[in-house]
Amino acid sequence: MNKDLAKKLAPGHSACAGCAFPSIVRTILGEATTPVVISNATGCLEVTSTIYPYTAWNVPYIHSAFENAAATISGVERAYLAARKKGKIKKKIKFVVFGGDGGTYDIGLQALSGALERGHNFLYIVYDNGGYMNTGNQRSSATPYGAGTETTPIGEESSGKVELRKNLMGIVAAHNISYVAQANIANMADLKMKAKKALAVDGPSFLTVFSPCTNNWKFPTSQYVAIAKLATETNFWPLYEIENGKYKLNWEPKMPKPVADFLKTQGRFKHLFSEKNKPVLAQVQKIVNEEFARIAGLCEI
Amino acid sequence: MEKGAIIKHDLKKAPKTGSWRYMKPEVDKEKCIGCGTCVSFCPDACIEMKKHKDDKRDKADVDYEFCKGCGVCAQVCPVRAILMKKN
Amino acid sequence: MSNSKNNNKLALTGGYAAAYALRQIEPDVMPIYPITPQTPIIETYAKFVADGEVETEMIEVESEHSAMSAAVGASAAGARTVTATSSQGLAYMHEVLYIASGMRLPILMVVAARALSAPINIHGDHSDVMGSRDSGWVQIFCENPQEVYDKTIIGMRLAEKIKLPVMIIMDGFNTSHSVENLEILDAKTVKKFIGEYNPEHSLLDIENPVTYGPLALQDSYFEFKIDQEEAMGKASGEYMKITKEYEKISGRKYSLFEEYQSEDAEKVLVLIGSAAGTAKDAIDDLRKKSENAGLIKIELFRPFPFLEIAGALKNAKEIMVMDRAQSIGSYPPLFSEISVSLRNVHEARISSMVYGLGGRDVFKKQIERILEGKFKEKYLT
Repeated sequence: MNKDLAKKLAPGHSACAGCAFPSIVRTILGEATTPVVISNATGCLEVTSTIYPYTAWNVPYIHSAFENAAATISGVERAYLAARKKGKIKKKIKFVVFGGDGGTYDIGLQALSGALERGHNFLYIVYDNGGYMNTGNQRSSATPYGAGTETTPIGEESSGKVELRKNLMGIVAAHNISYVAQANIANMADLKMKAKKALAVDGPSFLTVFSPCTNNWKFPTSQYVAIAKLATETNFWPLYEIENGKYKLNWEPKMPKPVADFLKTQGRFKHLFSEKNKPVLAQVQKIVNEEFARIAGLCEI
Repeated sequence: MEKGAIIKHDLKKAPKTGSWRYMKPEVDKEKCIGCGTCVSFCPDACIEMKKHKDDKRDKADVDYEFCKGCGVCAQVCPVRAILMKKN
Repeated sequence: MSNSKNNNKLALTGGYAAAYALRQIEPDVMPIYPITPQTPIIETYAKFVADGEVETEMIEVESEHSAMSAAVGASAAGARTVTATSSQGLAYMHEVLYIASGMRLPILMVVAARALSAPINIHGDHSDVMGSRDSGWVQIFCENPQEVYDKTIIGMRLAEKIKLPVMIIMDGFNTSHSVENLEILDAKTVKKFIGEYNPEHSLLDIENPVTYGPLALQDSYFEFKIDQEEAMGKASGEYMKITKEYEKISGRKYSLFEEYQSEDAEKVLVLIGSAAGTAKDAIDDLRKKSENAGLIKIELFRPFPFLEIAGALKNAKEIMVMDRAQSIGSYPPLFSEISVSLRNVHEARISSMVYGLGGRDVFKKQIERILEGKFKEKYLT
């Protein structure tokens, strides 16, 4: 065991072999310069890291329910302020939330919005695997267009999800918080830089991190880094920041690879490569191009 | 039992997830360039950089107690110094 | 009532009485969200904060679900934590109520009990709190503002003693908005009675990190639930101890239930909350007409005092249970509890009636008719 890496989130958790989020959690928390307290929404990370009687967490941690991780940390943070006022605690503490996309884009959006608006001193991280993976791969509002899931199955009349991903980055940024960023575990230096910045904010900050799912995206357990890398190289997952309202693109491929290079690595997009679904595949490329152009258009030159 | 199911981290209670493994990563220490890429991508924090013979750079070393055999380390290795072998 | 030196007289509504007690408790954290008829409690408390009378961290959350969630977070972080709600708000919290009790968090919540939608109705009944009777919270009911004040203080102490969340319940509008004279203690006496809160665990204890809310599977979940039941079982004994101690400082006596002229009564009415006042008047009048009637007013609904109730009703020939809530598809909640209490004890005739839904008034005349055996229907409409 690598003791240094295991300091906050130890092994012995039951995440699938080849899951992306343990590295995401360790990389982000590795940048913390103060003690942290974690609130975690119901989901894969929570379920696999806290199976009684073992907890993989060696930092204070609370899981309450699916939709209330941000509300829960609000209470923890105010309890801290109350304790500080009374001189019961002197140390600086950073409050950190981890939620999946279901717990963030969908069911937890209201609680997240409330906590952002109130300005609590917390970093919210959504590990985005584009669906309800813990319940067996149902579609969320973060599921990409064209993806096959258990609730958007492929059939005679269906080529997968028909709606676009919700623009959560824009929604979060609309709360006028000082730091919002999208990152990718495959671009570790960039992720570390963003984690450092986000943790340094005295107030709310937000990170969306790409988190490939071996089980439900249907790819071999060894591939999460390679697939995450392709997501950014194809402009499917641009790396950008919104700092004090200003958009900044952190990296842009000189020649973006076709999105098909990313899609063909995963079973959830397998149907897009049939003759019948050629127009759907073309549509995915169009969506990626337009979304990248939209973000690039918002960025400072 | 703990009141309210409030528990403390105790590695002794951890399931030894090494038992999940059916493929096993083996590091070719001669090939390993000591870059450390595999370390931080390992989902189970199983890889450490350790002194190997008289080599100047530390080399990747896998602890199999929790290694689930996913093969991510082998995939990310820039010089293919880690091979997945039947457990 | 006592003339204890600690008491001052004031005229307050139930809502204000709750806020006044909370001011003296001065919790560390209070997540709040408005809903009628609870709102006067949080508004009054917000003014205490604004005037610098208390140091409580109020969190103006965006929903009751988040109010209870923030309360769970604050309490797990070792803060003395309170909140308040009513009706839809309590229903919206429902999921998190179970989490608060499952984590054994001593959160205190004042509830101004109100009807549930649909159709929407903002007035008093017990549908909301009866909906959370199985959530693992201690439920203490109040008849009037005096009881609200006293039981809010008692409830805080009880919660922290038994490590379970406690609801202090008053009737929406009937009690929350009615002004009555009451006696209050001085702040110092209350502070001393409540004491310091020293939690066993805290999320802020960085050196001793703990995990709250793990996944407990088939091999352990059951045992945690049994443990909760056992803790709840001890609550009535602790409640009695604390009320006795409270009697010493206030001169006011509380019990699991109040027995009003019921010991020798052939006909006993059983109910909860503010209707007790009306019922007592009715019984006084009936006694003058030589009708042998009495009342039992339930104070502690969770845990329910089955054995004690059975003892108190042993001489009753007829028991009339008035519920201010339904359990649609079954007998109303209080009636069920009383029936279970009497099981194998004796064969009194026991009847069930539902009254006061959505704030419908209940009149003395109606209660008299029940006790005189003239009312044979289910609903006191």
